[in-house]
Amino acid sequence: MSTVTASSGSHTEIDAGHPPTSTGLSNEKVAMWSFLGSECMLFGALISTYLLFKGQSEPGTIAPVDVFDIPYTSVSSFVLLMSSLTMVLALAAIQRGDQRLTRIWILATALLGASFVAGQAYEFTVFVREGMNLRVNLFSSSFFVLTGFHGAHVTIGVLMLLSLYSLSMRGKLPSSKAETVELVGLYWHFVDVVWIVIFTLIYLIP
Amino acid sequence: MSAPTRDDATGPVVETDPDEGGTHHAHPGEKQYVQIALILAAITAVEVAFSYWEAVEGILAPALIAMSIVKFVMVVAFFMHLRFDSRLFRRLFIAGMGLAIFCFTVLLSTFHVWTR
Repeated sequence: MSTVTASSGSHTEIDAGHPPTSTGLSNEKVAMWSFLGSECMLFGALISTYLLFKGQSEPGTIAPVDVFDIPYTSVSSFVLLMSSLTMVLALAAIQRGDQRLTRIWILATALLGASFVAGQAYEFTVFVREGMNLRVNLFSSSFFVLTGFHGAHVTIGVLMLLSLYSLSMRGKLPSSKAETVELVGLYWHFVDVVWIVIFTLIYLIP
Repeated sequence: MSAPTRDDATGPVVETDPDEGGTHHAHPGEKQYVQIALILAAITAVEVAFSYWEAVEGILAPALIAMSIVKFVMVVAFFMHLRFDSRLFRRLFIAGMGLAIFCFTVLLSTFHVWTR
């Protein structure tokens, strides 16, 4: 006989119908936290590459102070920060079985995420017009690679949110599957905390 | 921690320590989530204001990094529920983050980035 050891908290670790796990924790959640731990290495490498190359570009070529628009990026940061709020509200809604609010908050999160990506795409086009590209100097290449990777992560998050919305619309996201929303939420919040670091280290610190 | 038992279908089932396994504190309510988001927005506003304020130029970088750490910890602790979930999740995340911070601090120190 299996021994179910996980006691119930505000949300269940092992959904009904799942076999018991050796840790008493959801395997999917353990996998997601391990993945996020490994993502720290990826973004750590990209951020330190940027810091290493910052100020090492040839004199006379484009520099951060020439192109960064802090008020514009602050609004983008605010949008991404608020998307973390809507994400956690979506999780709270599905945990109490409110399907309508779950859909609203998931869609709001996807829209805020898409606004952030659109804002980044616009920022990139402005920078390219100013003369920045992947090959012009070390600052430009490391900046585009770092923020481009982050933007790709946000885009993947938006696609996952739209998939959740679609599942919910078809009635395939009952409250017993709240953990699916929680897993997407973990990924989404991680993308947000990475931006918190990028915004400070890359944009705000001269 | 009590002795492990065996499940024929899934292999050994380990009874986990309450802090390791399923015991959780209640998550924050929706009102608290909104309050946390407002605090995060306020800190962001202060960060941006600091970056324009010449009087704090001497302490700008440490102040911005400190505020960024506060925001990071608040999102991870409250929105990602790491403060309330199993200690195993905390360890997995901190292991990855700690390793990254260690490796890249060594890398940047090797290239004298701090003293440029």
